[in-house]
Amino acid sequence: MADFGGDIDTFRTETRAWLEANCPASMRTPMTADETPWGGRRFQWKNPDAKLWLERMAERGWTAPTWPQAYGGGGLSAQQARVLEQELNRIKARPALFSFGVWMLGPVLLEYATEEQKREHLPKIVRGEIRWCQGYSEPGAGSDLAALQTRCEDQGDHYVINGQKVWTSYADQADWIFCLVRTDTTRKHEGISFILFDMTTAGVEARPIKLISGESPFCETFFTNVKVPKSQLVGKLNGGWEIAKRLLQFERQNISAGGFGGAAGLEVEEAALAHVGAMEGKIADPDLRARIAAHKMDAKAFALTVRRVEAEAKAGKGLGPAASIVKYAAATLNQDKQELMLEAMGLDGLGWAGDGFDPRAIRETRAWLRSKGNSIEGGTSEINLNVVAKRVLGLLDHQ
Amino acid sequence: MAVLTEEQNLLRDAAKSFATERAPTTALRALRDGEGWKTGYSPLLYKDMVEMGWAGVIIPEAYGGSEFGLFGLGLVLEELGRTLAASPLHSTALAAASALILAGDEGQKSKWLPKIASGEITATLAVDEAAHHDPAQVALKATAQGDGFVLHGKKRFIPDAASADLIVVLVRTAGRVGDETGLTLVLVEKGAAGLKPTPLHAIDTRGFADLEFDGVTVNGDAVLGVPGEAFAVLMQVLDRARVGLAAEMLGAASQAFDITLDYLKTRTQFGQLIGSFQALQHRAAKMFTALELTRSCVEAALTALDQGAADASQLATLAKAKANETAHLISSEMVQMHGGIGMTDAHDAGLYMKRARVTEALYGGTRYLRDRYARLGGY
Ligand SMILES: Cc1cc2nc3c(=O)[nH]c(=O)nc-3n(C[C@H](O)[C@H](O)[C@H](O)COP(=O)(O)OP(=O)(O)OC[C@H]3O[C@@H](n4cnc5c(N)ncnc54)[C@H](O)[C@@H]3O)c2cc1C
Repeated sequence: MADFGGDIDTFRTETRAWLEANCPASMRTPMTADETPWGGRRFQWKNPDAKLWLERMAERGWTAPTWPQAYGGGGLSAQQARVLEQELNRIKARPALFSFGVWMLGPVLLEYATEEQKREHLPKIVRGEIRWCQGYSEPGAGSDLAALQTRCEDQGDHYVINGQKVWTSYADQADWIFCLVRTDTTRKHEGISFILFDMTTAGVEARPIKLISGESPFCETFFTNVKVPKSQLVGKLNGGWEIAKRLLQFERQNISAGGFGGAAGLEVEEAALAHVGAMEGKIADPDLRARIAAHKMDAKAFALTVRRVEAEAKAGKGLGPAASIVKYAAATLNQDKQELMLEAMGLDGLGWAGDGFDPRAIRETRAWLRSKGNSIEGGTSEINLNVVAKRVLGLLDHQ
Repeated sequence: MAVLTEEQNLLRDAAKSFATERAPTTALRALRDGEGWKTGYSPLLYKDMVEMGWAGVIIPEAYGGSEFGLFGLGLVLEELGRTLAASPLHSTALAAASALILAGDEGQKSKWLPKIASGEITATLAVDEAAHHDPAQVALKATAQGDGFVLHGKKRFIPDAASADLIVVLVRTAGRVGDETGLTLVLVEKGAAGLKPTPLHAIDTRGFADLEFDGVTVNGDAVLGVPGEAFAVLMQVLDRARVGLAAEMLGAASQAFDITLDYLKTRTQFGQLIGSFQALQHRAAKMFTALELTRSCVEAALTALDQGAADASQLATLAKAKANETAHLISSEMVQMHGGIGMTDAHDAGLYMKRARVTEALYGGTRYLRDRYARLGGY
């Protein structure tokens, strides 16, 4: 790709021109949840423009803008990446790729993997060729993740894995898994390893679990004598906990930066004006209107905080204490939004399916149900608050 | 904390030392326990603040100020808020000064702004008349006389009004109560015939007064801007006053939080530090979250006003609303988490809570601000 040198304005001009020329028109409209571009070997592209958009972005490495070019990334500086993001927002471009590989796995591979592992996995992530899932939680290990029991035994020239994961998002659609396994049963945190394997390996079985929203985005995942080459262990044997925690940081950061999306970009105040009605241009129910205004202010305060965290990080102050509250705040905010949305829609928002309800309203209702998971996934809100209390505020553990 | 320039850092550090050394909460207590509530501040202390240059931070250089910007004044107010420092800095150098800067003509500005910057006078802005802030509800009647007006009516709970040398008064020159048109800003000087201030002894012992206007005359040269059309500029003045107050409230809430956090780390019960109880840990983490969110809003609003950004009014409304919520939450939790000692007059928790409630109400309570934010958002 072109070398933009140090001039950020030139970079902006060229980026703008490239996006104008290469982002298909249909990729500049709001995206619904079922249009999410996950990629992967088994992905069905409903809209050819989405596929084209991914290919064009991936070719420049712009699905992972700051990763080194040697691994297929964009090689951009943080400043350039910000400009790219601004320019993408300017034309309201849809994301070219949604990817656990980009958000979570890639960053830790860059830090912990061997050169060979990086060359093997990173370019495929950038191009959206391999879709990854996250094998962390188990029936007996949720918040207390390090209690995990899935066994990984050394069989000389390979490992054999036996056990069960749960809540594995998209395990039934993913191509590969990054998985936490127990390689030493005598120690808790120091007995965990971080390993990668193909979901089509014999002995892997993913059974979708149906959620309250009616969707089945996650699975129970069973491993029965799954053979994994030794070269697929990342980092040191029994050194997986450090990598696991690092990955969680990236996961939470990513959730934080993007917030949790609603269903289809419908704003709460629009819903209220439509379903409650208007009086002199105001939402007719003054109590609901006041709570919507309070929520909109919270949303703005959140966006300003994300921006401040970024600005502080860029000024070399590192991730300041404000960064620690962002996942908790994002979860609360989205749940408030979806509750207000449901309240504003009244009976029109209580539809599950069928012609009696506007499909947009049904999407919001499903999104309301889905939002209840925001304070559970990626570490529960209670655990987030524990972390803030202990790590940031310096409060001690109860004895 | 935003990334500060070197000058801003210096300003903040100077304000921090000044507040802790010259205006700790013991100074507020001394004021309260004497007759201090009648003026609400120590004139000597204010004189020293003027020496620091703080009265001229937002005043243009042409009128004797340093034109350092609202962000700079916000840093000072935040530090002074930490110790609940009592002074007419906000009412004089921010609220009244903004009215003169934004609405005054050349003559009015060159007459009054240098006196504010030099500390020769104190000033205030008088808007409210009833229990709740709402500028459109102003009734104080101004009847045309010559090139000016005669004023009849009342103002309620006006900051530093008993001692102020100059009062920027919002009056109704036309229209009915509730109309946004027909409002006018006029300047009234201390001691004007027919002006009667009554000092108020409020929960927060800083200076507040009710004002009675019984036939006070103002000449044409004391009218700010076009008569009857003050509403739009008043909103800009109030945006500035609100953000400045929000900065002060952020400081007070931060300090209240720090004191509380310290107590959680020192008080022992059941053989444990009380800060090890998860019920308190989670509430502490939520308070911290509220503080961080509020800080983002205050800093963004100060910056937006300095830059004249298009969304400055939204951000100013947001900043005061978040500061209201956060000051309310933290000051109440400060009492609760201190247990019995938090209920005593000897402890500062009560001072922080009283100051919080007063600042929450000034220039717009939470309900008013939510309404304004919704209006600005078109719903
Ligand atoms: C939508 C969604 C997607 C997910 N995707 C994945 C995925 O792809 N891969 C994966 O591995 N996992 C995934 N998870 C699992 C998720 O990480 C766990 O659900 C989560 O960590 C909580 O664990 P748990 O469900 O066992 O609840 P538990 O840990 O049993 O928690 C139950 C309750 O107890 C509280 N609690 C627990 N410990 C404490 C404590 N110390 N202090 C105070 N309260 C406490 C919790 O906050 C919670 O309210 C997903 C979950 C959701 C909802």
